Formats: sequence, structure tokens, C-alpha cells
Amino acid sequence: MSTYLLVILEFFKTGLFAIGGGLATIPFLREMAERYPWFSLEDLLDMIAVSESTPGPMGINMATYAGYNAGGILGGVIATLSLITPSIFVIVIIASFMKRFKESVVIQRGFYLLRAATAGLIAGAVFDVVVLSLFNVDVYRASRRLLDFFNWPALLMFALLVFLIRKFPKVHPIAFIGASAVMGVVFKL
Amino acid sequence: MNAAQHDSKLRLIFDLMYTFFKMGLFTFGGGYAMLPLLQREVVERKGWATEEQLLDYYAIGQSTPGIIAVNTATFVGYFQAGFLGGIMATIGLVLPSIIIILLIATILRQFTDAAVLQHAFGGIRVAVSALVTFSVYRLAKAGIADRLALVWAVVCFAAIAFFKVSALWVVLASFLLGNLVQWGRERRA
Repeated sequence: MSTYLLVILEFFKTGLFAIGGGLATIPFLREMAERYPWFSLEDLLDMIAVSESTPGPMGINMATYAGYNAGGILGGVIATLSLITPSIFVIVIIASFMKRFKESVVIQRGFYLLRAATAGLIAGAVFDVVVLSLFNVDVYRASRRLLDFFNWPALLMFALLVFLIRKFPKVHPIAFIGASAVMGVVFKL
Repeated sequence: MNAAQHDSKLRLIFDLMYTFFKMGLFTFGGGYAMLPLLQREVVERKGWATEEQLLDYYAIGQSTPGIIAVNTATFVGYFQAGFLGGIMATIGLVLPSIIIILLIATILRQFTDAAVLQHAFGGIRVAVSALVTFSVYRLAKAGIADRLALVWAVVCFAAIAFFKVSALWVVLASFLLGNLVQWGRERRA
């Protein structure tokens, strides 16, 4: 199948099943990283970083970036259009019977576990990428020395960042990303 | 529709597209980051929706497939100028993302081998890991209602992280199981 057709199908699927906004598209992007040669799991983290540091909804930015990696400029455009197509139809349908949707028991019951699932899904999707960025999995496999397993500078930075993000929730992510880029260059991460 | 009406409708559609283009250009992160700007432009300046309507769109946008900001743009555009209005408002919203991301992705691709950039992204990956970890923590805190929901979140995490189950099945299963459990609880009550 041509790459463009696959991009259309994959992003249409993402647009239809990613519920809960931009972050909810990450599990689907991760599946693409595994199934196609478009981008690697590490690329995915870079894409998230660029998408958080540039204007526009994060989910749209990630789709454009992923589509670009899959099929160049045209790939980026059709990925984004495919992602928003299901939304447009779903919203237009809902808009015509808005009240009933808001009060629908089926929707409310479904969301009891769907909301919980969203957190689990995103955590599961980024789990091994986070592990890769904080631990030297490959070095440890080669040497089998436990101390080699920990990427100390990265772990220290991670702990510091989590502390700062909790302490200053109003500070925009772009500030943390920019500061970490500088630290990465200084400490050769 | 006479010529004058036709003319004013076209102008309205263009205005919708332009307004949402500005919002795509001037907000970082999408979702809730966009709410203050939407309130100012859509509610106060244009009068396209009331405060309550906007919050309704948001709530529904969260519980329907796709990006929340996209869903909100479709809602506003559809209620103001029909199907075409919904489409054009949404296109306006995503246009800045497409242009900016394609520019950045093309530029970054020229420098992928530069050592400085590699180290910078090494640091950025740690920052993204911390940011996503914190987002998941917040989602979990807000979205997990009781012990059963917590168990389900952990099951979803493991399904994705270790058993490579597709996110699509997790979303569908969550919706069905949520309905089943809540229905059972309501019957017992």
C-alpha cells in the first residue's frame, strides 16, 4: 500500500479513537513507530518536545510532524487533515442533538473507565521511551554492572524537573524544554 | 439566499477562519491553554457563543474523539455558519501548525548529525519525560474515581507497555466495561 494511503488510514483511526485531546494521540503514534519505518521511539519524544514548544494544539503539531517523517511535506498535510476529519463529522452530528448527548447515560457510564484508561494508556505508551532516556539499558546489557544502568545526570535532571514542574505549574513547558536543551549540551546528554 | 445574504455569509466564514487561525498561531499547547483566548475572541469580541456554551463545547470536546481545540472550533463554526463554517474554522485553526511544524521539521532534518543538536535533544528528552510523567499524574488524579478505576488504569498501562495491545481495543473495552459496571451498580443501588 502506498505510504500516503497508510498515513490517511492511520491518522483517521487516531482521530476517531484518541479521546481526551492531544496527549491521547501518543499511544497511536507509538503504534505507528513500531509498525512502520516512519520514525523511531526516540523521534517520538523529540516530536512531543517540538510540538509543545511551538504554537498550535499539540495533537495537531504532532500529527503534522509524524506525517512529515512518514511522507514529507505532503505527508504532514494529509496526516493533519486525516486526523481532523473524524472530529468534524462527529461534532457536526453531536451538534444537532447536543442536549441528548450531554445527558446520555451511556456516555457518562462509559467515561467512568475511559477517563481512568486515558492515564494508563499514555503512561504505557511513553513508558519505555522514558526508561530509555533515564537509564543506560544498552550499556548495562553489555557490562552487567548495576551502576552502569543508571544515567545519573539524566536522572538528577529528571528529579529536579519533576520538582520544579510541581512547584511552578504556571510556568510554560517551553521554559523547561529550553533549559533542558542547554543542560543537555553542557552535560553532553 | 439573495446576493447580499450570500456575501455576508462568505464574510462570516472568512472571519471564522481568520479568528481561529489567530488562535492557532498564538496559543501554545492547545486544550486548556486555548481557553482564555477563546473566551476573549469568541465570547467577548465576536459574541459567537456564551461563556456557558463555550464550556459545554469544551466538555463535549473532551468526551468525543479528536483534539479538544479542533472540536471546539468545529462547534463554533458549525453553529455560526453551518457545515462549511465548521470546516473552515477548523482549517483556520490547524493551518499555523501545519506551516510552522513543516518549516521546523525541514530545518531540523538538515542538522540531525550536528553534535550540539544531538546533546540538546538528549536534554530535551529528559524534560519531555518529566512533563509527560507529570501530565499523567494529573490525569490520573482527576480521572480515577475509585479503586476499581485504579485497577483498570493499571491494566491499561500494562496492556500497552508490556503486551502491545492496540490503544483502539483499550478505548473500546473501557467504554463497554464502564457501561457494564455502572449499569450493574445502578441496579444494585
